[in-house]
Amino acid sequence: MSTVAETQIKLTPEHDARPGASVRSRLQDLLPKIVLAPSFAATIVFVYGFILWTIYLSFTNSKTFPSYAITGARAYQRLWRWTFESDPPSSWYTSITNMGIFGFLYILICLALGLFLAILLDQKIRGEGMLRPIYLYPMALSFIVTGVAWKWFLDPGLGLEQTLHQWGWTSFHFDWIKNKDFVIYTVVIAGVWQASGFIMAMFLAGLRGIDGEIMKAAQIDGASTFQLYRRIVIPMLRPVFLSAFIVLAHLAIKSYDLVVALTSGGPGGSAWLPSNFMYEFTFKRNEMAVGSASAVIMLMTITAIIVPYLYSELREKSR
Amino acid sequence: MSAITSPARQASSGLGAKTINRIVIYGLLALFAIFYLMPLFVMLVTSFKTMDEIQNGNMLSLPHAPTFAPWVKAWSEVCSGLTCVGMKGYFWNSIKMVVPAVLISTLLGALNGYVLTKWRFRGHTLVFAMMLFACFIPFQSVLLPMATILGSLGRFGVTLQNATGFNFGLGNSTVNLVFVHVVYGLGFTTLFFRNYYEAFPTELIKAAQVDGASFFQIFRRIMLPNSLPIIVVTVIYQFTNIWNDFLFASAYAGSGDVMPMTVALNNVVNTSTGVVEYNVNMAAAMIAALPTLIVYVVAGRYFVRGLMAGAVKG
Repeated sequence: MSTVAETQIKLTPEHDARPGASVRSRLQDLLPKIVLAPSFAATIVFVYGFILWTIYLSFTNSKTFPSYAITGARAYQRLWRWTFESDPPSSWYTSITNMGIFGFLYILICLALGLFLAILLDQKIRGEGMLRPIYLYPMALSFIVTGVAWKWFLDPGLGLEQTLHQWGWTSFHFDWIKNKDFVIYTVVIAGVWQASGFIMAMFLAGLRGIDGEIMKAAQIDGASTFQLYRRIVIPMLRPVFLSAFIVLAHLAIKSYDLVVALTSGGPGGSAWLPSNFMYEFTFKRNEMAVGSASAVIMLMTITAIIVPYLYSELREKSR
Repeated sequence: MSAITSPARQASSGLGAKTINRIVIYGLLALFAIFYLMPLFVMLVTSFKTMDEIQNGNMLSLPHAPTFAPWVKAWSEVCSGLTCVGMKGYFWNSIKMVVPAVLISTLLGALNGYVLTKWRFRGHTLVFAMMLFACFIPFQSVLLPMATILGSLGRFGVTLQNATGFNFGLGNSTVNLVFVHVVYGLGFTTLFFRNYYEAFPTELIKAAQVDGASFFQIFRRIMLPNSLPIIVVTVIYQFTNIWNDFLFASAYAGSGDVMPMTVALNNVVNTSTGVVEYNVNMAAAMIAALPTLIVYVVAGRYFVRGLMAGAVKG
């Protein structure tokens, strides 16, 4: 694995008997570690240390200010109780239900649309160089800008509905953004708009990496285009599906800004995701312990998705 | 579709079917291009319209008499809450935060990548794995402890200020955000450089070592001059991420004149005093979007490469 390091040990001059030279060469040996140390220490303290701190807080009775007396898993018990409080829905129930709806649709539509566009673009399209950046630019925008743009576009009095009314389709009705039962779907629309182009780029790179010989052989065997994609191309894109899924799942769980900018939380907090729940309970509702517990649950969810993936990636590479 | 992908069948299917296929494909692609361009288009044309035209006209029509007034107002007069000083101050806040944060995190990432590939030690995989996982945590799980620490440092800064007349940047929101973005950006920058240096020929390093080049000499004379592509990728990736960040910005610089652009924009749009001036809001959104859009237009290829490198750790 690390042939480099082994050869380097040999290359480093033999330690001198003189004390001055020995100190210097030992310092040279240590230098790489000294250079890496601040970054590693920062990661240990500000990532792993802070995670432990958050876990600790979730077992206390912290309200507006942190309190450091452990009082048990009360915060988790409350979240657990709220999980089943559907009528009227608790904020936590709304947040995790929304997470389910948003996560499922966002990932599914992005994957489907991304793959579809990539296949279309892979048909030797003239002007591909112009189309690709058009599909992809939303990824360069912040969620706040995306939210502001779509808020305007979906506003019943100003945007799409109003425009279609002016064009004569007066029965057209689209007020999801103001409707507490549908507002989460507008978050899906804006989210898909932002990320699907990037997923397209991932699939396109995958398609371009497929050996043309295999495609030709299948065609000679008489496979139709549909069969070719279904049976050969799409199965070969499996690694891309996995990467795209990881990226999207990760983006979905972290989504916070988009809900804030697009819906301001929706009518009565009806568009909240767990990230919004965490922020509101920690910083606005003075329920620090509950907010921390929800952050821990978010972290565990992402860990369950990411760690197996990273583990397999790193193992594969070190082989 | 078939006509294009299968030349064998091309001969058997008629010219008509082929043309129809092409029309359908181009039609669909054009339709999606409209879908992706629409919000930006609406934002752009609205920002050049008068309020009168917005209320009476069509969202999609081009402005009859294009006016720069909304842009001027967004830049220098628009209200965020009760403060009406425009976006310009917040724009500079973002710049002052982004530039140092990008430079520091990129430099540290380069050094880390160099050590983790060319000066390996026992446990280097574990160190890298721990830094890599840090890229993916939901920042909600560190948000509160960091707020507590930054708060204490701020109080300490006040004490220092009183004692020495200088607070060493402690408690300064911009300094805080630079620090936060460097710490939580390190994972990605290290990842980028590590993967890039992994493919860098080790023989060159060895030869330089034999010639007596030191750790830093090799880094400065051999690694850095050959790192331009990955530096561009990293700088663009970090710039876009930090400029677009909202969570940290709203938690640690969420109000007052220290807000970065994203937070200010959100406040401007949600300021409900008086008549809502949509054209000014859209101009403000465009101002917030322009820096990253320009980077994307100028260096789109590197931007995509950065996203891919962050996604596919191959």
